[in-house]
Amino acid sequence: MTNEDLLQNDDRPIYGLMAEFDTPTEVVNGARRAHDAGYRQMDAFSPFPIHELTEAVGAKKTRLPLLVFFGGLVGCVGGFLMQAYMMAVDYPLNVGGRPLVSIPSFIPVTFECTVLLAATTAVVSMIVLNGLPRPYHPVFNVPRFDLASRNRFFLLIESTDPKFNRDETRLFLRSLNSREVSDVDY
Amino acid sequence: MSSALQEQPHEEVAESKSGYAVIAPGHTFASVTDKIASIVLRKRTPFGWFIGVAIGFMIVQMLMLALTWLLLRGTGIWGINVPVGWGFAIINFVWWIGIGHAGTLISAILLLFRQDWRTSINRFAEAMTLFAVACAGIFPLMHTGRPWLAYWMFPYPNTMGLWPQFRSPLIWDVFAVSTYASVSAMFWFVGLIPDLATFRDRAKNRFVRMIYGLGAMGWRGSARHWHRYETAYLILAGLSTPLVLSVHTIVSFDFAVSIVPGWHATIFPPYFVAGAIYAGFAMVLTLLIPIRKFYGLEDFITMRHIHNCAKVMLATGLIVFYGYVMEAFFGWYSANTYERYMIYNRMTGPYAFVYWLLIMCNGVVPQLLWSYRVRENLLALFGIAMVVNVGMWLERFVIVVTSLHRDYLPSSWGNYMPTIWDWATFVGTIGLFITLIFVFLRLLPMISIFEVRTLLPEAQVREETMPTTTTVAPAPAAGD
Repeated sequence: MTNEDLLQNDDRPIYGLMAEFDTPTEVVNGARRAHDAGYRQMDAFSPFPIHELTEAVGAKKTRLPLLVFFGGLVGCVGGFLMQAYMMAVDYPLNVGGRPLVSIPSFIPVTFECTVLLAATTAVVSMIVLNGLPRPYHPVFNVPRFDLASRNRFFLLIESTDPKFNRDETRLFLRSLNSREVSDVDY
Repeated sequence: MSSALQEQPHEEVAESKSGYAVIAPGHTFASVTDKIASIVLRKRTPFGWFIGVAIGFMIVQMLMLALTWLLLRGTGIWGINVPVGWGFAIINFVWWIGIGHAGTLISAILLLFRQDWRTSINRFAEAMTLFAVACAGIFPLMHTGRPWLAYWMFPYPNTMGLWPQFRSPLIWDVFAVSTYASVSAMFWFVGLIPDLATFRDRAKNRFVRMIYGLGAMGWRGSARHWHRYETAYLILAGLSTPLVLSVHTIVSFDFAVSIVPGWHATIFPPYFVAGAIYAGFAMVLTLLIPIRKFYGLEDFITMRHIHNCAKVMLATGLIVFYGYVMEAFFGWYSANTYERYMIYNRMTGPYAFVYWLLIMCNGVVPQLLWSYRVRENLLALFGIAMVVNVGMWLERFVIVVTSLHRDYLPSSWGNYMPTIWDWATFVGTIGLFITLIFVFLRLLPMISIFEVRTLLPEAQVREETMPTTTTVAPAPAAGD
């Protein structure tokens, strides 16, 4: 499908408009200019992480590190209390006269529980906060989007953006020196 | 590149900055992607792959046989007895766990230190970690004698009203190794997600696309997703770093917390961790040198990687050798009859040849790595890595057997000889390892594609002098 085909049935609701770029520099500049032009509901897609791009699309700081901290805290306190409860409360076990709550002996397992819970939290929150698993997403309807995992860079302006106007936005995206601008169907 | 080498053929200087790059010049995002993906997404499986898997799989059958016989007859088929109750099972367990450590070192610690040469070998090394831990896990499990009751080691509420003994290093080990296996697997999977998305988008076959698509979970490379992804990845690296150090520390506690002469030493944790990394890098080189040749990956796994692996091996090898010297020194300096006898017996007793072979393998031979020319020679490096693999195994043999076989009372002295079943189990796990490595090479990207893309010069965003707001003339179009 070319742009001209898509232009003909202009009345269909679309998810947004997507511009394709060749280089990271172009997509970052494009995203910055879109931000300056007042667009907010946008996203960019790249085959590898680009820090400037994350800032350019106006992504907020992620809560992930805080969640990991709490995960680790639960692991640490939980791991220690688990051992203390089992060794000193539920079944007091005297080994060579050591104190029932033998703190130094409990440290290795406490540490491992901390790491296990923190790491699990990091992975699970990354997946959940990213809204994955999500097998279907409108951006996959763009025929050339499979290059987003190879060597192309895409900038998407969503139709929910208050400033979004199909024709103006399309012209704007074209003016960014993009290779191609496509409709993103639902 | 090569001219710089010819000018300065001598040692360090030539290669550190001006020598080999981490990726061969001339690559683009597309060429990197297509080259690595084509190893998996091709129709024809290379014949050599079948041969490799066939050999590995045959050896796995031996493992199955040995384990079946073990389950039928019990651990009596092994050479273990009082006083040497640990034998091959613990030697092999420590050996395999140690090999795994290089993977985590490469993927986590070198990431934190921003070592870009880790990028093209980390995926492979992490896979090696997982498979090595899988092989390691078999041994203590079987050594319990009744592996079907192994879940008793986890604290779950049970009708016996009992809990595991948390003051025992063996229970710490259960937690350390299972945490290590879980976190390594998660780290590996997270690293794989963007590459699985690449495979999903590149696969021609619908079924193949669905399988990789399931793994990729709908990854689309959104800038917001990358942000969380990188944060999570960095945090995982930060968590894995103390974890990997803790794992071999706790493995060394299995020995050091006891009061057996030769085991009860404060140097054990650092010396075990260094030994683990040493063994792991030897295994990385053992595997990478043939694989890079076979799959033609010289562009991504360059001589820079090979040199660096060799240097890490040399450095950790020296730490390990320092450990051997200190063990001997402690034995003498302790002025304790049993400690002194232990070290004397280690050097001159019935297992003296193992000890001196160990010094040869781990102390003497790796000194060749000081030479730039040896590090340039792949065949020599492969040979040295093999020698170190053997040496590290011998180290664990020396630690386990020579410390145990002379008990405090001469009436309880004994000797240890492995049986055919010991050997079959050990060699069998090597077969399992080989098989898993080959399956991995065929099904998953052995080099992290998205991270290699970031190594390319064009991955850098060039900042304009007058950014964004001003009316900048559009940058010149990219030629098509």
